[in-house]
Amino acid sequence: MEERSRLLEYSIPQLLRWRVGKTGSKVALRQKDFGCWNSYTWEQYYDYVRKTGLGLLQSGFSKGDKIAIISDNIPETLYMAIGAQAVGGLSVAIYQTSLPEEIEGILNYLNISIIFCNDQEQVDKVAEIREKIPQVKKVIYEDSRGMRNYQQDDWFMFIQDLYKKGDESHRENPDLFDSLVDQGKPDDVCHLCLTSGTTGLPKGAMLTHRNYINMGLQLTEVDPLEDTDEYVSFLPFAWIGEQMNSFGVAMATGIAVNFPESVETSMADLKEIGPHFMFGAPRIYETIRSQIWLKIDESYWLNRVVYTFFMKVGEEAAGYRMSGRKMPGKLRFLAWLGKQMMFRPLVNQIGFLRLRRAYTGGAALGPELFTFYQAIGVNLKQIYGQTEIVGIAYMHRDGDVRPDTVGKPLPGTGCKISEEGEILSRSASVTPGYYKLPEKTAELLEGGWLHSGDAGYIDENGHLVVIDRISDVMHTRNGDMFSPMFLENRLKFSPYIKEAVIFGDKQDFVTALVNVDPIVVGKWAEDRGISFSTYMELSGHAEVAQLILGAVATINENAEQPHFRIHRFALLYKLLDMDDGELTKTGKIRRKFVREKYANLYDALYDPEVREKKVEAFYQYQDGQTSTVNTTIHFYTMEER
Amino acid sequence: MTNLTVSDVTLTFGGLNALTNVNLSIEPGLITSIIGPNGAGKTSILNCISGFYHPTSGTIEYGKRNLTHASPHQVSSMGIARAFQNLELFRGLSVLDNLLLARHQKLRYSLLDAIVYFGKASRIEAENRAYVEKVIDFMELELYRKSMVGNLSYGVQKRVEVARALTLDPQLLLLDEPMAGMNIEEKEDIVRFILDLKKEWDITVVLVEHDLGVVMDISDQIYVLDFGEVIGSGTPEEVASDPKVIEAYIGEE
Repeated sequence: MEERSRLLEYSIPQLLRWRVGKTGSKVALRQKDFGCWNSYTWEQYYDYVRKTGLGLLQSGFSKGDKIAIISDNIPETLYMAIGAQAVGGLSVAIYQTSLPEEIEGILNYLNISIIFCNDQEQVDKVAEIREKIPQVKKVIYEDSRGMRNYQQDDWFMFIQDLYKKGDESHRENPDLFDSLVDQGKPDDVCHLCLTSGTTGLPKGAMLTHRNYINMGLQLTEVDPLEDTDEYVSFLPFAWIGEQMNSFGVAMATGIAVNFPESVETSMADLKEIGPHFMFGAPRIYETIRSQIWLKIDESYWLNRVVYTFFMKVGEEAAGYRMSGRKMPGKLRFLAWLGKQMMFRPLVNQIGFLRLRRAYTGGAALGPELFTFYQAIGVNLKQIYGQTEIVGIAYMHRDGDVRPDTVGKPLPGTGCKISEEGEILSRSASVTPGYYKLPEKTAELLEGGWLHSGDAGYIDENGHLVVIDRISDVMHTRNGDMFSPMFLENRLKFSPYIKEAVIFGDKQDFVTALVNVDPIVVGKWAEDRGISFSTYMELSGHAEVAQLILGAVATINENAEQPHFRIHRFALLYKLLDMDDGELTKTGKIRRKFVREKYANLYDALYDPEVREKKVEAFYQYQDGQTSTVNTTIHFYTMEER
Repeated sequence: MTNLTVSDVTLTFGGLNALTNVNLSIEPGLITSIIGPNGAGKTSILNCISGFYHPTSGTIEYGKRNLTHASPHQVSSMGIARAFQNLELFRGLSVLDNLLLARHQKLRYSLLDAIVYFGKASRIEAENRAYVEKVIDFMELELYRKSMVGNLSYGVQKRVEVARALTLDPQLLLLDEPMAGMNIEEKEDIVRFILDLKKEWDITVVLVEHDLGVVMDISDQIYVLDFGEVIGSGTPEEVASDPKVIEAYIGEE
């Protein structure tokens, strides 16, 4: 325990060096490439960080400079980040899906001097804005494929050349790197983490070495990890959830971080690794459950019967397990039987057999999903936090998982609810502020507490319940408060609904735009011989509308308050998409944008006379070509009981 | 680098002339496209080159070697590979197995080596797999490595078909409508693959394709066929302004 608290006195590069001394020959990183898993020990990890750090110094990077990383998850992202930190610089990670204009804004706001890209796709974006980012000295790339047109230009640099420079520098002056690492202080800012603003330019939260390491220590104090444990890195590195693990948890505990072959193969690679713990946004867990349902549905009758029976048993047992109560003997036996007969093989199929804990964060997850995962024997828990506190402030404890709460504070985290109902917290992981934004920083840290901007309350068990963003809570014309996100999640619990947008601010009633789930509803339609070729056609079928009507009716029946009922809805002809600006990078809805983009549908939702409306669907393809398709949108009014 | 020369090739089926005195010169390191309306003889010419048909008269030479009467396996061992318009894959095998199998003629070990396995056979198999993995990486097929080909979407199957041809480590690649039936995004990917093949793998590409936009964008040299005859050739600009070509494509006013 004493050893653990000593870790707080290290910077991240110093902690890496300490790991080398402790378990240098143990595997630290693993990456799948050309179909093989290649391992790197802690020693090799440190070697690469040294090559990178010294190479950066040789390429015009100096203390206090910043490097931007726009890359898929590969070991080199860590070499770059920690290499830069080791020589006194700062790292910044930008989402790979960012558009060139967004990248330009971020690079200029944070005054970035070197950029690291993994492949041509990212380099092309940077090259496009080259004139507007004069302060950028070098663009380093990892994959040389398709880079032939850039090779003559010394603004671009191949990572192997960087390593070569680093090695040369190390040969000339073997003590230089270690002395630079020694200069690091735990309270130095090491990374600027972009908070995904729903509007405007993101803010760069300054995070220190201690912020990250403290998070790794506190998290593993609640849920201990062993240094033989495996973790799969598939979340975007620009998200705090990934940095928390690869900077914080991995360094604090010595677990191995595994990198998938490509973004597309990450779920298949996860299955091969069989991680011991994982983090994910709710979407991932929803997708996996949909796949399980689909496969069971396609299976033969005996499998379905066994599944249905044990699922009931599992759910009942999960109720006991989540609340920590003792199960009656018969149920315990049946649950054990179900686990051996069905759930273990099932969980093995998705690669979760070794998983001790799975965490979900970033957005709310349906209670049904919790019960589902707990029933099949996956210990899924909710975390709650934000970038400014390195990810986690509250989390569920084993045996105390309540689907409608986000659990209790982490050790060392002070928490309270303000008079306005805002969730406030305080810990060693709280950011010193936003980069170059003193006013925002003052707002964020007012009175020495971290202001989350979320409304919430502590329930009778000491668990935190999050309602919604304080700014997102809506009021009907009568002044009744409701949370659109809460209602959207309700809708999304239906397997047939992929996405939904709730409206109703300052209106008489609540309405929704609904995206049917193309896979589940597609399968449902196929089974009934309903033909369709595009998503638009599928959403336009009257039978599909009846299906969704049924789902919405059930949700309305269970609504806690009468004004939560969805009065009218329409099925949208296209899936909401990040590329069209309708969702944020983390998959949250940009409500205002959606409302403006589909203003004609919004108006029709609030005009009870309108039963259908002809609209022009507009598509823009990647090459800039556009096309318009005419379609009819139907509006459905729910019957009042 | 080797030139492929097709001289005065005529191909007849009974009384039907599929090709009449066709002359082509495929220069190494370039992308040469063959275009023309349906039934113009584009696939016939590829069939002649790859040894599926033998010309009734005329010669086909690859460098100093005469291909006129060579069989398909002889052609492929000279470094000429082909991706078919109608997919020629084993639908019941995985992508990986399809690609490994395509390289069987590159495997140089005896039955005895195979029985013993350790030593030569295992080393060659490992090299074989490494090459196939290089192709999988290039064609971005990692996700489908272990999927059965029959279960994949058409666009992906087409990519596997190109990959299958690539596993033969060819110097000359014949692509027969690699983009047919693809959406814009899939086409963009294939175009990128073709350009990278030319520039990074130094492969000479012969492309038969209907999408004129793509052909005009990426070809170095174009031949236009109509009713079995070459009616025009040259750079994309030259071909686009050739009145005969315009007539064949759009018809007389």
